[in-house]
Amino acid sequence: MQTQNNNKAGWADRPEIQQRIRYVLYIICGLLVIADLLVSRYTYLPVEDIPAFYAFYGFAALVGVVMLAKILRQLVGRGEDYYRKNKKESDGNA
Amino acid sequence: MPEYHPFLPFLVAALLAAVTRGTLRSIIMLLAPVVGGLMLLGVETGTLVQYQLMELTLSPYRVDALSLPFAYIFHIGAFICVLYSLHLKDTLQHVAGMLYAGSAIGAVFAGDLFTLFIFWEILGLSSAFLVWSSRDDQSVSAGVRYLIFQVLSGVLLMAGALWIWVDTGSLAFDVIGLEGGAAWLIFFAFGIKCGFPFLHNWITDGYPASTPTGTVFLCCFTTKVAIYAMARGFPGTELLVYIGAFMACYPIFFAVIENDLRRVLAYSMINQLGFMVVGVGLGTALALNGAVAHAFNDVLFKGLLFMSMGAVMYVTGRTKASDLGGLYKKMPITTALCIVGAVTISAFPLVSAFISKSMIMSALIEEGHGIIWMFMLFASAGVLEHAGIKIPYFAFFAHDQGIEAQEAPRNMLGAMSIAAVLCVAIGVFPAMLYNILPYDAPYSPYDMTHVLTQMQLLAFATLGVVFLHRSGRYPAEVPSVNLDFEWVYRRLLPGIYRIVVRTLQIIGDFIGSYLQSWSGNLMAALNRTHGPQGTLARTWPTGSMVLWVAVLLAVFLVLDFL
Repeated sequence: MQTQNNNKAGWADRPEIQQRIRYVLYIICGLLVIADLLVSRYTYLPVEDIPAFYAFYGFAALVGVVMLAKILRQLVGRGEDYYRKNKKESDGNA
Repeated sequence: MPEYHPFLPFLVAALLAAVTRGTLRSIIMLLAPVVGGLMLLGVETGTLVQYQLMELTLSPYRVDALSLPFAYIFHIGAFICVLYSLHLKDTLQHVAGMLYAGSAIGAVFAGDLFTLFIFWEILGLSSAFLVWSSRDDQSVSAGVRYLIFQVLSGVLLMAGALWIWVDTGSLAFDVIGLEGGAAWLIFFAFGIKCGFPFLHNWITDGYPASTPTGTVFLCCFTTKVAIYAMARGFPGTELLVYIGAFMACYPIFFAVIENDLRRVLAYSMINQLGFMVVGVGLGTALALNGAVAHAFNDVLFKGLLFMSMGAVMYVTGRTKASDLGGLYKKMPITTALCIVGAVTISAFPLVSAFISKSMIMSALIEEGHGIIWMFMLFASAGVLEHAGIKIPYFAFFAHDQGIEAQEAPRNMLGAMSIAAVLCVAIGVFPAMLYNILPYDAPYSPYDMTHVLTQMQLLAFATLGVVFLHRSGRYPAEVPSVNLDFEWVYRRLLPGIYRIVVRTLQIIGDFIGSYLQSWSGNLMAALNRTHGPQGTLARTWPTGSMVLWVAVLLAVFLVLDFL
């Protein structure tokens, strides 16, 4: 049962607000890269010397995780009743 | 000297909770962690209570710098859990919950392996009742599987402890080190409860099967006791660095595709335990402090996330991402508190995970584990995806499913608020936590490099999510089961068992039919001679009998004369 009130779009559903949130994120990302070029941070490993290394790594890691997870889903994804079905079978055999 | 063991308030509360109802029970259960916690504030490190039991020296109560931070957080965690579950009228859950929290506290104060084993077993058994408290088919079988792992861990601990006792004559629980069979047994006993790879499915299987409140209890204690035990027994065991790194990385992929949001959190917990295990494995003062601090914080932020998902489940009856969405309009406070938990677990600056995880990361780099450090950084970005964004997004935003819902009960909101405030307070004032850490290793999390690099990592990882989403590459949540290692003992081994049984049946049938035909032949032969028509079964006239006796006598007579 849904009332009309339930279907009313909230603030987070409005495209212009979603767009504004995205713009804020883009600006933050831009500022962080600029800050990386201005500030001299200390490093331990050679890879850390690459400008904006953490930015590249964060983006690549996340996209990599999700892409690999999609492959994993192809391998291990099964129907929701996978184990229940199995149980019924074994119950039937018993 | 303390007047009583810190387990006692919880034991008393559990006994009283069994016989009281309503407000009285609520007060008793809330008082247990408060009374225990206040007593703890007056306890001095170095307190040691020992008893002589025949030849054994037992130390049921040992307070030192390593056990205290765990005891503090267990009292705070217990208070939050009790507050969160006050609306329940379920005696079983209340009693099991009090015993469970109390035994965790007992375990961290255990100065010998025998006492540890006792609390280890209460911990396992009482928590199994929390899994069973859902009282449905799924939770019953998940609870049995859960208990098997707990019992296995207990058996290994007992065997290892006995072995050590026979070898050394002492049961003292101090640094064990990974040498000799006994040490390996205890290592795996702790490892099971730490969620070691391939021994981890009791977490992902058991936790989501429990009730909304039961899961919150579960997530606070067992695994943190295991981290404590590992830090006590096996600090600086290098193997743990690699095990921990594996634990931090592989659950991420499962968390990304998992549909049940409480199971996502269970995978996420293994990932966080990975960071702690790495810290223990490094074994430096900074790394051990980091592991303890992260365990402390994990109780709060993982508890907060489990509480928010529990609230959603309590209100809507759903926990699957594919069934949820749009709840932010009806549960705004829960949404906000969940977001605090999500931000915290992602380790943004100014929240608690940042100040503890960065200690472990710094220690890794200082010890020259560059490659492991890269993996852990990868895992940090992964946390943002499944716990930082996926959990709040799919539960409270995403597609509005038009679910009937209202804000969570007040006691739940109160419990979540305490956890959320502590998450932020520890992040803003890290000295609060640093002052109670066991080892002397000054650390400053808030310098330009740490903040900048962490913000870059997280902001660009968020950008990655936006990119995937906008380009339609983000995987949709679909109702599914993802096969994990548990498949081996839930499907493969039973399958092999069935094949073996079937093969034995066929062999048996073959042997049986052979025996049957053989015995049939035998019976036929016997029948021929002994059957109704058989030669030996014929009725013979008495006359012939007398004749043959006469013949026999005649033969003897003849033989006698010869």
